Amino acid sequence: MNKLIISAALVLLLAGCSGNWGWYVVNPTTEGGMINLKFLISGLYYTILLSVTAISISIVVGLIIALPALSKNRYMRGINRFYVEIVRAVPILVLILWVYYGMPQLAGIAINVFWAGVIALALSDSAFEAEIFRAGIQSVNKGQYEAAHTISLNYPDTMRFVILPQAIRRVLPALGNQLVYMLKMSSLVSVIGMQELTRKANELVVTEYRPLEVYTILVLEYLVLILVVSAGVRWLENRMKTDERG
Amino acid sequence: MQSSEAETIIRVENVSKNFGDFQALKSVSLDVSLGERVVICGPSGSGKSTLIRCINGLEEHESGDIVVDGVTLSQSATSLRDIKARVGMVFQQFNLFPHLTVLENLTLGPIRARKMSKPDADALAMKYLERVRIPEQAAKYPPQLSGGQQQRVAIARSLCMEPKIMLFDEPTSALDPEMINEVLEVMAELATSGMTMICVTHETGFARRVADKMVFMDYGEIVEMAEPEKFFTSPDSQRCRDFLDKILHH
Repeated sequence: MNKLIISAALVLLLAGCSGNWGWYVVNPTTEGGMINLKFLISGLYYTILLSVTAISISIVVGLIIALPALSKNRYMRGINRFYVEIVRAVPILVLILWVYYGMPQLAGIAINVFWAGVIALALSDSAFEAEIFRAGIQSVNKGQYEAAHTISLNYPDTMRFVILPQAIRRVLPALGNQLVYMLKMSSLVSVIGMQELTRKANELVVTEYRPLEVYTILVLEYLVLILVVSAGVRWLENRMKTDERG
Repeated sequence: MQSSEAETIIRVENVSKNFGDFQALKSVSLDVSLGERVVICGPSGSGKSTLIRCINGLEEHESGDIVVDGVTLSQSATSLRDIKARVGMVFQQFNLFPHLTVLENLTLGPIRARKMSKPDADALAMKYLERVRIPEQAAKYPPQLSGGQQQRVAIARSLCMEPKIMLFDEPTSALDPEMINEVLEVMAELATSGMTMICVTHETGFARRVADKMVFMDYGEIVEMAEPEKFFTSPDSQRCRDFLDKILHH
């Protein structure tokens, strides 16, 4: 809450620091400013939808990719390494362009901007999620597997009830990081025309020709969004901690 | 004391096991009868833990045979499953699931592996928690309990699977001295109830009171095997005498 007040104070400060500012473009007390402001904020919908969809997919894919890394079989581990190394090496922007312009040619299907963005972001992030899950799972004591063995749990039950709940608790800060990262990287999907925050700002800059003010609002939009997400992740962490310790 | 014609429930025959170049077990053979209480001792690295870990399939033995209650242990899924259902194990480090309550620790196996209903599993868990005398801790999480309480929960968790054989791998070695007795009490009670037990422990008082058979291991071999009376007073081997001197006179 304090952070929000500080952000608001920052806006006022910037507003007063030079005669070159043209805050009228986003002045909520004028009709035009209000329309512009609503236009900018309307990008929030796709930024959130895109990021949340992409991270949900990448968490599932990341987990599936992480599991063979824990195998005793070196070919299984090879599959994991291959995927992680390849996917991790492609820049997100390049992946977005490749998926949006390349996939229709490759697969012969038209892909809309939203799903192209989701696929590119999810694919890129899944390699990182896989590494996070691998680290988390490997941090769980061997004795936990042995205890599960002695009470006759099979592999899926061992993972589901014993190992993953502990691993996920430990990697929660890292998963929160990835969510923040994803929210920021979703701005790159603006290049293929996704109507999210950054795209809206770009469009307004073109019509109003007030980049400083519009992009400042854009910065604040991301700031508020990410502070809210951080607080949410922290809350979740605390809640899970009390689960364990009572 | 068991008569010699009692049914053999565990047969370990010429079992060997290596960790890289290190030979942890060198052709070890051991028979355990139904209801028999065996205590294994020996210096660290002598193979005692490895031996009992082989019996429930936690370690894979390289040669020799292990037969538990008529099931020959192999790495096949059905053999492992049948062995696991018959053998319970208690670890030095308890290995409770820290993210689950005591009750959930106990009911997880019965619900998932034995396909019991939750009310039945809860009732079973409470029965065993009462047996280890901590029913009032059911809703707590393991890290909130003392070491002795945690180890008793671990024993109850194993018992909830209703095994025919219980293995104890140095169950009191990680405990503060004042908590050792409460765990040994529970184990002694279990012994009285007729459970087949193999305990790796250096608690000689417990061994004298409970064991039918003492086993001394050194360098991956069984060096001495005798009734407790003979074992503690006149062991045959020099190595066993030296070891007992070290653990008894201090």
